[in-house]
Amino acid sequence: MDRVPIIKIGKYLLATIQTDVQDNVAVALQEDLAARIIAARARLVLLDISALQIVDSFIGRMIADISGIAKLLDAEVIVVGMQPAVAITLVELGLTLSGVRTALNVESALAMAGIRDQN
Amino acid sequence: MTSTRSVTPVPLVRAKYETVLESWIAEQKRSATARPDLISDSDLARQSSEVLSTLLEGLDSGSLDVSGPAWEHMRAALRGISLSRVRLGFSPSETVLFILSLKEPIFDPLQELDPSNRAEAILELNKLIDRLALVTSEVYQQGREEVILRQQQEMLELSTPVVKLWQGILALPLIGTLDSERTQVVMESLLQAIVDTGSTIAIIDITGVPTVDTKVAQHLIQTVAAARLMGADCMISGIRPQIAQTIIHLGITLPDVVTKATLADAFLVALDRLGQHVVATDPVSAAGR
Repeated sequence: MDRVPIIKIGKYLLATIQTDVQDNVAVALQEDLAARIIAARARLVLLDISALQIVDSFIGRMIADISGIAKLLDAEVIVVGMQPAVAITLVELGLTLSGVRTALNVESALAMAGIRDQN
Repeated sequence: MTSTRSVTPVPLVRAKYETVLESWIAEQKRSATARPDLISDSDLARQSSEVLSTLLEGLDSGSLDVSGPAWEHMRAALRGISLSRVRLGFSPSETVLFILSLKEPIFDPLQELDPSNRAEAILELNKLIDRLALVTSEVYQQGREEVILRQQQEMLELSTPVVKLWQGILALPLIGTLDSERTQVVMESLLQAIVDTGSTIAIIDITGVPTVDTKVAQHLIQTVAAARLMGADCMISGIRPQIAQTIIHLGITLPDVVTKATLADAFLVALDRLGQHVVATDPVSAAGR
């Protein structure tokens, strides 16, 4: 089964979704991330979905869930690089992910994280 | 009518195929509606022979139902010809007359029949060609409508420019009434521009939008939400007093949306968020304003 790679960079975790994901891959990602947040004591997770072209309500829910799970584990998720079509679909599905921070690309997400850590 | 079997003596017409075709082409060239400026002789001959042979093919089936499967080739041929004539700039009557002018030439071979059969066959062919003319005119209309639709689409694209105001700041000046379709295009082009330019702030200016109803407000909220999902902030500027009143009277709230009276105000806020500000290089003349 495909798995989404999770990379540790300093205090951050970077999960990059590289293809359109199946439901089971998404579920596995949730489990993996929760485990890795604890193991790495990460405070911030960057979820890079720039390669994701198609979403359904399940994947949309998954993104919201990952954010919720991370929050419980005292980490914050920044959703990075959502494609226009994906954004439109999620809005039309009513999943506006309120409370989840977003960034255009990994670079600006890291900048956001840097500002957060200074405060 | 649809169940009636054909009484047309097809072999008789087929025997004189060349004569009928030639006199039909000659008839078309002679008529007042001939357009040698739009269509070449070879194309005209090709189209005519295509229609005549498919007509005979349809008659062979014995069915007179032009919307039935036996006449599918005929409909396809007429469709192709009609659409090509729309593009070439033929008028509706010129296009329909193409089919109608077949009547006289095709009645010619029927002269050999005895009077009672002849009348019946002519009547039948007459009705048939009339119906084919109707098919042609319908397709012609459809072709015209497609052209109009395409132009609408092009106008939509032209009417939604996304302007880069500053490094990282986009503006989308909306002019004219917003409907669902247009808002969709607006949303798509704004989001695409956000990706292309890597902008983190977008300003939607609705100074040129005459009215805002619940639907338009809904679309604006959706656009702002979608931009936020991608990691860009969205502001709305240029809300005129009447529109502000309408929005409140309709009970619409724009939650989590920064609204500013003018594009200039929104631009200042945007610059501020990027950690930049505008300073006067000459305080004296700046104060004189």
